[in-house]
Amino acid sequence: MTTPTLVTDFPQPEPGQPRDYSFPTFGSYQFSNGLRLVVAPVHKLPVVTVLAVIEAGAVSEPVNREGVAQITARALAEGRAGDDAMELADRFELLGASFGARADWEITVASVTTTTGHLADAVALFGEALTAPSFPEREIERLKAERLSDLLQRRMEPRGLADDMFVRALYDAESRYARADEGEAETVSAITRDDVVAFWSERYRPGSVTVVVAGDVTAEDARRLVEAALGSWQGEAPIPAQATDQPARLTRAVHLVHKPDAAQTEIRLGHVGLPRLHPDYFAVTVMNALLGGLFNSRINLNLREAHGYTYGAHSYFDWRRAAGPFLVSTAVASDVTHLAAQEALKELTRFGDAPPEARELALAVDYLDGVFPIRYESTSAIASAIAGMISFGLPEDYYDSYRDNVRAVTPQAVQDAARRHLHPDRLQLLLVGNESEIRGPVEAMEFGPLFRYDDEGRREE
Amino acid sequence: MPKIPIDQYSLPSGLQVVLSEDHTAPIVAVNLWYHVGSANERAGRTGFAHLFEHMLFQGSAHVAANEHFELIERAGGTLNGSTWLDRTNYFQTVPSNQLELALWLEADRMGNLLPAMTQQKLDTQRDVVKNERRWTVDNQPYGSWWERLPALAFPPDHPFHHSLMGSMDDLDAASLDDVAEFFATYYTPDNAVLTIAGDFDPVETRAYVERYFGPIPRGAGKPPLRDMSLPPLFGDWRREVVPDDVMLPRLILAFRSPVFGSQGYWAASVCGAILGMRRGSRLQRALVRERQVASDASAFTYDLTKGSDLLVVDVTARPEISAGRLEEEVAREVDLIHTQGVTGAEVARAVALIETSLVTSLQSAGSRADRLSLYTTYFGDPQRINSEIDHYRAVSAADVSNFARERLGPDNRVSLLYVPREDGARPDAVDGKTEVAA
Repeated sequence: MTTPTLVTDFPQPEPGQPRDYSFPTFGSYQFSNGLRLVVAPVHKLPVVTVLAVIEAGAVSEPVNREGVAQITARALAEGRAGDDAMELADRFELLGASFGARADWEITVASVTTTTGHLADAVALFGEALTAPSFPEREIERLKAERLSDLLQRRMEPRGLADDMFVRALYDAESRYARADEGEAETVSAITRDDVVAFWSERYRPGSVTVVVAGDVTAEDARRLVEAALGSWQGEAPIPAQATDQPARLTRAVHLVHKPDAAQTEIRLGHVGLPRLHPDYFAVTVMNALLGGLFNSRINLNLREAHGYTYGAHSYFDWRRAAGPFLVSTAVASDVTHLAAQEALKELTRFGDAPPEARELALAVDYLDGVFPIRYESTSAIASAIAGMISFGLPEDYYDSYRDNVRAVTPQAVQDAARRHLHPDRLQLLLVGNESEIRGPVEAMEFGPLFRYDDEGRREE
Repeated sequence: MPKIPIDQYSLPSGLQVVLSEDHTAPIVAVNLWYHVGSANERAGRTGFAHLFEHMLFQGSAHVAANEHFELIERAGGTLNGSTWLDRTNYFQTVPSNQLELALWLEADRMGNLLPAMTQQKLDTQRDVVKNERRWTVDNQPYGSWWERLPALAFPPDHPFHHSLMGSMDDLDAASLDDVAEFFATYYTPDNAVLTIAGDFDPVETRAYVERYFGPIPRGAGKPPLRDMSLPPLFGDWRREVVPDDVMLPRLILAFRSPVFGSQGYWAASVCGAILGMRRGSRLQRALVRERQVASDASAFTYDLTKGSDLLVVDVTARPEISAGRLEEEVAREVDLIHTQGVTGAEVARAVALIETSLVTSLQSAGSRADRLSLYTTYFGDPQRINSEIDHYRAVSAADVSNFARERLGPDNRVSLLYVPREDGARPDAVDGKTEVAA
């Protein structure tokens, strides 16, 4: 290989003066039926997102009917309303608008994004979907069958299998978080139309619903349209539900899911994390960015760039009202499974040994500060951000003070967060891979007792 | 829909530049397309264009390995790159006061990549790419369809036939000499489009582009691609049955269709939306909702601009539905549209959905910049971004029915039918392709 002379020789340029940015301003209104409206006018392109935050997440499901929150959400627009011959979902599509509703752990979010020209019709349909769903029996049976097919498919899909098995290893069986948010085969099969109607009657109530409108609309128009669509809906707020988050065990264990012929091992390594409203949230967010959140984080640079073990390795805190999972997630070649797990463990274990150097801390702080406006380019991103604020009960100036809160995180706060919230002694190591290639070297790590599961996820004693 | 503002010019080196201002937020996207992809690879070097994309993040004369990622992350930006059959793109969105940094980084690797290349970096990225291959193709149910479909749809000597991800053997064979040769041939300003979209000062930005990219010399020209042209029809229905580690049968059925941006393209695209876009589409209505033989159905065009495009129908069976039944049911719906055509209401639904999705996607500076680079790379004309919706609105039911009559018949089909593997034998790997991120 020849060594060419340099064609340009410029030093790295200095940044210019930053321009101010604020999260879009929004106003709140309360209707007489208890429904709250938040409007964020943004007039960039002729597009509007309308979204409803409903206290109807997986944690509010009755026992033995896990999955009913998702079936209810997906069935909202499946039927006809009034005398109309056409199903609601199809009427949305004729406007070019797609309605979608999804149950999360704590809330259900229903939303529609439309061009401004169709906003009035879209909001009227949105109101019908929330307040007058007909829940046809046939469609409910179909949605159940689709969930059962998803479950079948996930058993063959190493990533999905690893994610599903990991939460089972993490949480006590009594916790709702130990089971798939969309429900398992037994409980989904048991759901009837009556269960769906009962869940909707109990949880879909204007007293606890917030509608968020973001985009090319005035506050006055949004208020008028939402009032017409949802103003006469009646119902008091249901009792908020919350999951318990106790871990399955407080000591380390390996969980090996045998998948014959696996071309790779899917690795999950972690433990129960902390609730979203914990006062250490910002320190933990900065800490995780450095540990495994950024491309140039310690874990990714180690596993991908130094060792070439993987296409990517990342760590996450899954933020929920109760303590969601903390985990490192990666996929590696079978023959380096134990080495990759060892390196991830090393990074986790030593993170709390010392505070990060100023330059390393700046990597995370400057990223989180700078990327803030890039996160809110679209109406759906703005509406979702406001929905998150509402769901977690964050203050209305949360986004205005976000960057200052990130900037206030000190090296010492990051080290304290690592010591308090990373628990190397409680880690659960979940592997989906070919047992004959990975078991021996993994056992030699002496990480903890090993539990084996077959490729359908059944534990073998 | 307001027009996207566009200012287009070229440097003497041949670098095409597109500027598009939008000052609603203090952010700017820098997007660079090189007109090279897996189609340009030589025999024995499948996967090289994508491996090379990884090497572009391994530093250049003034930038250390992974420092491009680090500097952009420190600036508060997002970034990546991706490789496709006939182009490779590199993109970042940064706070607008960091525009000069992004331009300096892109120019340094366009001008000064080779001094930073080492055998060790190549070896590590080769391992990373092999793991990417395992993750996206080998260890995923149905993951091989990205490779099998082009292998089936394009003749063996066609540049789109072979695997974009590449074979493990070819990845092993790639050398630093290959890196140097590929760089000199394809990573030249006259084979690139630079788009800057968002919050910037046009006078200052032109000066930055001149300063950092101006000195990089034009290339010696790239070898022409082999003849890409193909007849409009396959001529028959070629079927491949693929036993795989899956629970449910899945049919991937493709038709040759007019290339992206050509006169017949928009009718083909609308036909795809009528067949498989969202809940009210033909396949979702008939197979998922009414007859309940499928758990999922979609249809889309590949948007290829050379040779022939592909319209693809992708349907997964419900449990208990056999592979044979699935194929019959899909064929029945396709035959119906082929013989009976479509209605005006179906076209209206499809065009309304496509329009919303186009407008929605243009909200982000990064996707605006990427679309502008696309139109400039393929057609030399970024203004096409502003006429796309009009082309869709002009499509009539007769246009779509004509397309369906000409192209959806049994004389223009290839299909992959995935079936649950029973005997434990893993099928042999074949050549193919996929769009992949760094």
